[in-house]
Amino acid sequence: MARAVTTRRKSLNTVLAWAVGLLIFFPILWTILTSFKTEAQAIASPPLFLNFNWTLENYAIVQERSDYMRFLWNSVIIAGGSTILGVIIAVPAAWAMAFVPSKRTKDILLWMLSTKMLPAVGVLYPIYLLFIRLGLLDTRGGLVVVLMLINLPIIVWMLYTYFREIPGEILEAARMDGASLKEEILYVLTPMAVPGIASTVLLNFILAWNEAFWTLNLTAVDAAPLTAFIASYSSPEGLFFAKLSAASTMAIAPILILGWFSQKQLVRGLTFGAVK
Amino acid sequence: MATQHSRSVARLMMAPAVVLLLGWMLVPLTMTLYFSFKKYLPLRGGDLGWVGFDNYVRFVSSSSFWPAVQATLVIVGGVLVITVILGVLLAMLLDQPMWGQGVVRILVIAPFFVMPTVSALVWKNMFMDPVNGLLAHLWRFFGAEPISWLSEASMTSIIIIVSWQWLPFATLILLTAIQSLDSEQLEAAEMDGAPPLKRFYHIILPHLSRAITIVILIQTIFLLSIFAEIFVTTGGAFGTRTLTYLIFQRVLESQNVGLGSAGGVYAIILANIVAIFLMRIVGKNLDA
Amino acid sequence: MYLKHALRAATALTFVATAAAHAQSITIATVNNGDMIRMQGYTDKFTEATGIDVEWVTLEENVLRQRVTTDITTKGGQFDIMTIGMYETPIWGANGWLVPLDGMSAEYDVADILPAMSGGLSHDGTLYAAPFYGESSMIMYRTDLMEKAGMEMPEAPSWQFIKEAAAAMTDRDADINGICLRGKAGWGEGGAFITAMSNSFGARWFDEDWKPQFDQPEWADTLNFYVEMMTESGPAGYATNGFNENLSLFQQGKCGMWIDATVAASFVTNPDDSTVADHVGFALAPDTGLGKRSNWLWAWALAIPAGTQQEDAAKQFIEWATSKDYIELVAENEGWANVPPGARTSLYENPEYQKVPFAKMTLDSILTADPNNPTVKPVPYVGIQFAAIPEFAGIATQVSQEFSAVYAGQQTVEEALAKAQAFTAEEMEAAGY
Repeated sequence: MARAVTTRRKSLNTVLAWAVGLLIFFPILWTILTSFKTEAQAIASPPLFLNFNWTLENYAIVQERSDYMRFLWNSVIIAGGSTILGVIIAVPAAWAMAFVPSKRTKDILLWMLSTKMLPAVGVLYPIYLLFIRLGLLDTRGGLVVVLMLINLPIIVWMLYTYFREIPGEILEAARMDGASLKEEILYVLTPMAVPGIASTVLLNFILAWNEAFWTLNLTAVDAAPLTAFIASYSSPEGLFFAKLSAASTMAIAPILILGWFSQKQLVRGLTFGAVK
Repeated sequence: MATQHSRSVARLMMAPAVVLLLGWMLVPLTMTLYFSFKKYLPLRGGDLGWVGFDNYVRFVSSSSFWPAVQATLVIVGGVLVITVILGVLLAMLLDQPMWGQGVVRILVIAPFFVMPTVSALVWKNMFMDPVNGLLAHLWRFFGAEPISWLSEASMTSIIIIVSWQWLPFATLILLTAIQSLDSEQLEAAEMDGAPPLKRFYHIILPHLSRAITIVILIQTIFLLSIFAEIFVTTGGAFGTRTLTYLIFQRVLESQNVGLGSAGGVYAIILANIVAIFLMRIVGKNLDA
Repeated sequence: MYLKHALRAATALTFVATAAAHAQSITIATVNNGDMIRMQGYTDKFTEATGIDVEWVTLEENVLRQRVTTDITTKGGQFDIMTIGMYETPIWGANGWLVPLDGMSAEYDVADILPAMSGGLSHDGTLYAAPFYGESSMIMYRTDLMEKAGMEMPEAPSWQFIKEAAAAMTDRDADINGICLRGKAGWGEGGAFITAMSNSFGARWFDEDWKPQFDQPEWADTLNFYVEMMTESGPAGYATNGFNENLSLFQQGKCGMWIDATVAASFVTNPDDSTVADHVGFALAPDTGLGKRSNWLWAWALAIPAGTQQEDAAKQFIEWATSKDYIELVAENEGWANVPPGARTSLYENPEYQKVPFAKMTLDSILTADPNNPTVKPVPYVGIQFAAIPEFAGIATQVSQEFSAVYAGQQTVEEALAKAQAFTAEEMEAAGY
């Protein structure tokens, strides 16, 4: 039974939560607002909150300087590709770990996570040389593979914790009915795991989208995603806050919107086994 | 349930992930180890021969090494403390009944979607700039002398920026955990007249312990390798040179791949020490 | 092997798509400075004339350096043209990594490039990069504030004069700082400034045996003078001010004097951006009477990495972008004050350009800079605000970080110099000097 909550307490909660929420969101809001100002208004003192002449000129300048759609498209392909590939490889592994656990399962899982600790800058030269040898520099395929490998441990971990929550009895029942392994995975497990897979996909899409070291260092033109796009907007001369804000808004808007629309999915599965 | 047959099928299913990650670990690791025993200076003609453990000795005996280890631990530790404490408080707040819960949750998780480069650029220029930054305006509004954040409070600044990015993640996981808390148990405690603080310590916190360890484990993995936040803001100046950044300086700024590779090996060792330590705790929690 | 094929197949589609779309296409890595961005705007004209498509990779300076250095040292072949500076060019040229820029057409007129520039962009007399624009550094000052202070700026002032003038111009209540200088960490930022300044105080980075010289009194003199002057008359938080921060302060009327790149002159005199455009005077960078001034020499230049498949197209582009015609094209559309300066002699002989208020002082500053004899005492290296050896960028960035910590009040001059000395000695030993 739900506790009876006084309106007063609810109001208090609401005010407090909104205040904190807006405070946390404020840097993003400020960036978005600034992107509609002129450069002079962007540094006006005292700062202008809403009372300025809204303009789209920064977006026009940014678009003229760099082909936004190409960067965006590369980001989508690379983040999407690496996530899909990662999930395809991780689902069977996580299934095996969750339903046929052995003494070593936990060790393997923790070892996988430890591969994420390799400092990227330390291996830039080896990987760069390898990419040259394989002809993968500035290709989306190469980045898809690298980002998939970087995030694979997280994907396996998330799916594993999610699968473990699925009661084994259901599978046994299916097995009694004569379901094959393939059918078991396809018709019993997958539907139950969809929310978990969905949030795994979302989290890894976000991580891949925001990865800024490899995506910047292994690309030039053909495969350069939004992380490379943003790398030219901290101007060395003159005012740039408004242009930087416009470019920043363009870089984060797609993922922000995606995140907002799918936040329920994301939240539901984002437990990493924190809840039993 | 686990027959011999299902075991071998399971092994087969794990094989692709394990083999790929093994490759991803071994290939760069082998190459890093190889370079670390070489005098390898790309701008001086590349491979200049074997030098034994010279790079290892030089990297550790450099005056920058221990401060870098310290900076790494301070940043990781600082961010963990802030995100966990604020995360618990925020999760408890968001769990309360209120109007517009969905929207508030959207506002709170938004920073997680912002790429590190963008968040560093925005914080550095539009907030922490001592002349035109919003914080400087705020300080002046209250009659105070604006702080030059990135030089006078460099560590604090970086911890603020990184915490802002990771607070949503911690909050989300903790929120899911809180929501699974048996509300009858809480109500019973409330009936018994247990004060809020006591309820927090004896019921909520123990319930969250597992979620907290997971937040710590996952965040640590990401925090040990933060780079963009430092590269964009201080460039390693004012005591913010972490181990990762020191390696970057050795490899890319000084163009000494051998020395940087030795640093990379040290970083892996440090990361694994932290990892083993963490996994001991989490591992226990995973079984329970 | 299997992996290799699979990956190639996976990416083959992308390749085919790009290859089919463009007959000939070159990729240029460049820095996001205003002049470069303007050049991107005019690229269509180049494509129209030659049929060669141009792909731009525009990056912030530090990221650019990191990207192109990785690519050239590993022979990654990602770029057909790289935008590099006077520091990189001789080192890369000596390693045989750049295509020599010989055999340029007659109308390109290589001899017209300012000797200081072509000298700094050559190795053993061979030109390896063509200057897009060149710069020295000079004093930019507010004529109105100078007058108000009752002083007059000589054409070639001393540091002592600058210090006194800065103190006299400072008016904290009116938010006016007598002098704004770079203090930001980084070898190309505060490091470049303090090194050029130290030259005029008789300091040097290395002696003839490549021994670091931070334990010598000249360096302590330089730093003490700088810190004293900046504490007295500089803006708050100058430890994080670089070129752009100072530019913005000066444009907002918050600086009495600013010593920095000559290219800044066109920004501070542009009434669109600068509130003080009508009150800016220029003078040579200061000295201490030892025979060296504290001005530097730099050029952003275009170079072709050896091994590119597009050598001819790349050369055509460089000829176009650094030609006299390009300068005229910009002058026609944007006015003479906005042409890329400091690269060609003919520009300074052009009567139209001579009308530009900062033209003469820019040329004089460039002409007084001598990278081959940068210091009072002899040195084994070439370069004024840098030493053209591969180790310098790494060392100088860390050294300048120690200096910035002094400016932020986190350590003393002595401590910083001791650390700089130890660290530099360490690195030079590691490099085998």
